[in-house]
Amino acid sequence: MQTIASQTLIDIHKLNLYYGTFHALKNVTMDIPQKAITAFIGPSGCGKSTLLRTLNRMNDMIPNTRIEGKITIGGADIYSKEVDVETLRKKVGMVFQQPNPFPKSIYDNVAYGPRLHGIRSKQKLDEIVETSLRSAVLWDEVKDYLKRSALSLSGGQQQRLCIARAIAVNPDVLLMDEATSALDPISTLKIEELAQELKDKYTIVMVTHNMHQAARVSNQTVFFLNGEVVEFSDTEKLFSNPRDQRTEDYISGRFG
Amino acid sequence: MSAGKTTADHPFAARKSLNQFNNKLFTTVVWVVGICTVIFIIALLFLILEKGLPKLDWGFLYGEPSEIEEGGGVGPLLFNSFYVLIISLLISIPLGMASGIYLAEFAPANKFIGFIRICVEGLASVPSIIFGLFGIVLFVESLDMGLTILGAAVSLAFLNLPVLTRVTEEAIRAVPQEMKSASFALGSTHLQTIRRVLIPVALNGIITGICLVAGRAFGESAVIILTGGVTSSGVMWDFNPLSPGATLAVHLWYVQSEAIVPDAQLIAEKSAAVLVFIVLLINIVFRVPLWINSRKMR
Ligand SMILES: Nc1ncnc2c1ncn2[C@@H]1O[C@H](COP(=O)(O)OP(=O)(O)OP(=O)(O)O)[C@@H](O)[C@H]1O
Ligand SMILES: [Mg+2]
Repeated sequence: MQTIASQTLIDIHKLNLYYGTFHALKNVTMDIPQKAITAFIGPSGCGKSTLLRTLNRMNDMIPNTRIEGKITIGGADIYSKEVDVETLRKKVGMVFQQPNPFPKSIYDNVAYGPRLHGIRSKQKLDEIVETSLRSAVLWDEVKDYLKRSALSLSGGQQQRLCIARAIAVNPDVLLMDEATSALDPISTLKIEELAQELKDKYTIVMVTHNMHQAARVSNQTVFFLNGEVVEFSDTEKLFSNPRDQRTEDYISGRFG
Repeated sequence: MSAGKTTADHPFAARKSLNQFNNKLFTTVVWVVGICTVIFIIALLFLILEKGLPKLDWGFLYGEPSEIEEGGGVGPLLFNSFYVLIISLLISIPLGMASGIYLAEFAPANKFIGFIRICVEGLASVPSIIFGLFGIVLFVESLDMGLTILGAAVSLAFLNLPVLTRVTEEAIRAVPQEMKSASFALGSTHLQTIRRVLIPVALNGIITGICLVAGRAFGESAVIILTGGVTSSGVMWDFNPLSPGATLAVHLWYVQSEAIVPDAQLIAEKSAAVLVFIVLLINIVFRVPLWINSRKMR
């Protein structure tokens, strides 16, 4: 029914998640396409971040969470016993709502991931740092100050640094949880343009509270309500011609 | 009077002036107390250093102590001070950091761990002489080793362990959760996150703790008197850990109260100056890497 052009990369099937007794995700099923931007929208507390965190298993660290159902990425079940979460997280990078660089130099921030995964050669690291910073459109601003503390950057620069840090480990998927909500309009625009460029190489899943942002940037949009998927379709279709009454109410600003 | 009244009638004047008065009063009190404390500390340091430092010479720092004649040095005692300090830090830093990291990162949040935490806190404020008595029971009586450098160092390590554990735990806990998440999201293991993020970020707090503990250990006397004794082997560079373990701080007490050398007063003054000077030095030396680091990170 949905006109999804490219191939599915992430397949979520009948996913239920409980925080203790609280049922946070209810029977979520969706196919997230490869090399495209998929946006999650919905009112606060509806489970967008929770679903995002199931994709790189960051929920594993929250005590008392229980998960049912199946998620496969590229055909592999990410909750099966053989899975090594570190390898999974290397393949599924994440950018957080608040920029969170380490109190280290710009260079060391970007090189952090590659070093974790065993790259020691200075030459190789230099190369990765440069290409990652270029991909994140930060290189020209920081190339002369790589040894400076990352904390000396502005909020927007820090967030682009975090994106550079995430792509330095060469992931397949990039999860962005309201990555622009702490930023000014200009930095936001830069990050949106960046996302547009990155989608040729990465599968991007972004959570956003800003419906204009979802409409501007994403190819597919998912609308959530109380832990359930209400509607999942091409962004244009969802915003111009929603199938569900609740979607229409939400995007026309009648609630949420 | 009338002028004063108009100001008081002004809608913004009354509250502002009262608050400003309080503010001024508070600021003044804080300044006065602060300055008095600083002056007191500087005066104390000056008194101690002024009496001893000018009379110091290498012969005193390096020389062997004498029991009867004038002109004895403190060489072996000074050596013991450093030797005992280093052994005790070698034991207490790894153990204290390990248990602090365990409590902050791995310990389950249950009643038993809560109880352990209370015990650690309690032990951190137990008088040092209790640890000395413990050292006697363990090394002198049970193991029958006599009064030794090793016994003194290990007892000192026990004394410092709770403080180091506490300080490490607090420092690690103070690292923002977002930084941990960032590290995990890049695919690091727990160990990698601890080594590459938590410890470097917490290092400032941990080093402050180590400084505190090292200074205290260097000046500690009760534990050493009970476990290391009041004499040294009397010769320089005696690395045998089973030699008697009196340190400079113990010697200071010893010459003042027990010794029969005629120049006891002079030795005490000089020893006190050396002690204070070295404790200050320890604090500076441990901080230099932090200064360099924070300059880099600005
Ligand atoms: N660690 C947790 N423990 C218990 N409940 C949680 C936890 N995290 C989230 N929840 C609950 O799960 C629900 C979904 O939370 P989630 O953070 O996924 O919402 P969200 O859609 O991202 O909201 P927002 O847009 O405000 O970020 C909320 O009702 C929240 O209270
Ligand atoms: Mg959220």
